[in-house]
Amino acid sequence: MNSRDKILSAIAANQPEKTALPDISGFKGAEEDLQSKYATVLTTIGGKIYFVKDENEIAAAVATQFSQAKRIVNLVDNLHIENAETVISDPEIHNLKNVDLAIIKAKFAVAENGAVWITEKDVQPRVLPFICEHLAVVINDGIIFSTMHEAYQKIATLEEYGYGSFIAGPSKTADIEQSLVIGAHGPRSMSVFVKI
Amino acid sequence: MHESTKDHAALAALFNKDEERVNWHDETLWWIRQKRDKNVHQLPEWEALREAASQIKFNVLSNLHDYLLEFEKNATANGVQVHWAADAKEHNEIVHRLLQEHKVDRMVKSKSMLTEECGLNEYLAEQGIEVIDSDLGERIVQLAKEPPSHIVLPCIHKKKEEIGDLFHQYLGTPANVADPQLLTEAARQHLRDVFLTRRAALTGVNFAVAETGEFVVCTNEGNADMGAHLADVHIASMGIEKLIPERKHLGIFLRLLTRSATGQPITTYSSHFKKPRKETPIHIILVDNGRSVQLGRKEFRNSLKCIRCGACMNTCPVYRRSGGHSYHTAVAGPIGSILAPNLDMKKYKDLPFASTLCGSCSNVCPVKIDIHDQLYKWRQELVKEGYTPAAKTISMKLMAQTLSSPTLYNAAGKSGRFVLKHAPFLVNNKLNPWYKEREMPEAPKESFREWYKKRN
Ligand code: SF4
Repeated sequence: MNSRDKILSAIAANQPEKTALPDISGFKGAEEDLQSKYATVLTTIGGKIYFVKDENEIAAAVATQFSQAKRIVNLVDNLHIENAETVISDPEIHNLKNVDLAIIKAKFAVAENGAVWITEKDVQPRVLPFICEHLAVVINDGIIFSTMHEAYQKIATLEEYGYGSFIAGPSKTADIEQSLVIGAHGPRSMSVFVKI
Repeated sequence: MHESTKDHAALAALFNKDEERVNWHDETLWWIRQKRDKNVHQLPEWEALREAASQIKFNVLSNLHDYLLEFEKNATANGVQVHWAADAKEHNEIVHRLLQEHKVDRMVKSKSMLTEECGLNEYLAEQGIEVIDSDLGERIVQLAKEPPSHIVLPCIHKKKEEIGDLFHQYLGTPANVADPQLLTEAARQHLRDVFLTRRAALTGVNFAVAETGEFVVCTNEGNADMGAHLADVHIASMGIEKLIPERKHLGIFLRLLTRSATGQPITTYSSHFKKPRKETPIHIILVDNGRSVQLGRKEFRNSLKCIRCGACMNTCPVYRRSGGHSYHTAVAGPIGSILAPNLDMKKYKDLPFASTLCGSCSNVCPVKIDIHDQLYKWRQELVKEGYTPAAKTISMKLMAQTLSSPTLYNAAGKSGRFVLKHAPFLVNNKLNPWYKEREMPEAPKESFREWYKKRN
């Protein structure tokens, strides 16, 4: 017998009598004040929040906030950023190592934990939001869900992805004596733009 | 893996020599436990979430055979290559073979306690393959040539000055630099170079979804993603118990995991890998290594519900004051003490005794594992099988004999007077390692009740 069959038959012999899955449809978050809740949590985990009317406001905020950025990749349609690349044509993804700022789209945000949901359809290549020095995210239509339950309900209705990620704040570590340090291997900052 | 001939009590005694460090270790972990409490108390539905998670995990264990097949089918359809490993050795050989096929002799690895369990790094080193751990805490212990001492906080036992010395020696930071910010920046530069040059990346798996064939990897640092997205081949190693039935169940588990672990609402990155990037294969290795046996142990199968949050360690008075290395196994603390004897009863016979059975672990466990009950049951099992740890033998013998024999127990009297009468030294004497190197508090001059009466 190969290992696969060995493992499976041992499991079949040893697994207990079947128990039912619980109904989890009752888990829901409160629907009020999602914008302010999201802003509070995101700020607590080290992110920056911007509530904006339109793309012009985003462009203006980017210009002031990231005036030092030399290489900018902007993957958000309708957003015009001076001197930014809007497609990555170089197949050698390692060359993204000097990207100062990546501006990407997220499908929605989650109030309870500050996360945004991105998929590789909007963010190509996959490594971009990790390898950049700073990350800016624009939330499509300003959608914020209360909890992860609503988030997964939404994901079930969206187009399937090959890769997707919840990103909540800048990369961080507290491995050295539990002192929080922002900017571990990924971005040193995360700015989220919510259109209102 | 950490090899030692000393048992938990002896290793704990070593750790206890440096009282200042013990206190610091204790307080740091307790502080994390408090962060967990603060965060958890913000969710009125916390207990309902734990209950749901527990039921989902029970369902997984009761249907693991079919879920594994469903996962295999869906992952394969997604273009992911699925491998099965019966034990640690086979797991390591599969990884080695995959690396050979890709002609790679240097690999970057993100946190995976399973590879610690399997001794992968050592095995690959013997085959001439270099592995660099990319989680900062794991990199630190790797440089120190030590195993992680905690499943979530690998170098929780290390002081920043020691880390500064390691970085000075290996990464060229100036001498006597111990500032966490500066040290982290040095590690960032060092590991960035690693990410950019390694063509193979191995990651662990936090959850795998039978329904969709995807798997989820959670990190705060972004190291799993940096490794996997830049490499030519991604190998993911997972224990077969990491499966969950449906994607919507991630909502439950991702809400519980990091709140329990560190008191954060979620990790910075919760990445869902479903299909490989163009021409860059993903291999997933499903590892048994004793899990199917544990599944058959009625009393202990609950331990397979574990999602490796580490909360039981942070709260454990024994773990906090004995340190992770005293458990001489990859997964330390209360849960490790249940898992390890399943793999090797003789080698880990001491671990179920490394507990006060206070039950704090069971109270914080997000999937409601009856941890302290299982520790207690292991003690009985070990005594039945004739294994008792040396240091505990004398002090435990009376109690164990009494407790494992219903007749004796009943004869001893329902009030437990027998134990009190014949083994009062269980509480505080040289044979009980928990009281070594430690001042016992003086008995209060007045009882709590007297004091309370006076005040009111
Ligand atoms: S046993 Fe429970 S508390 Fe301990 S690591 Fe596992 S899930 Fe967390």
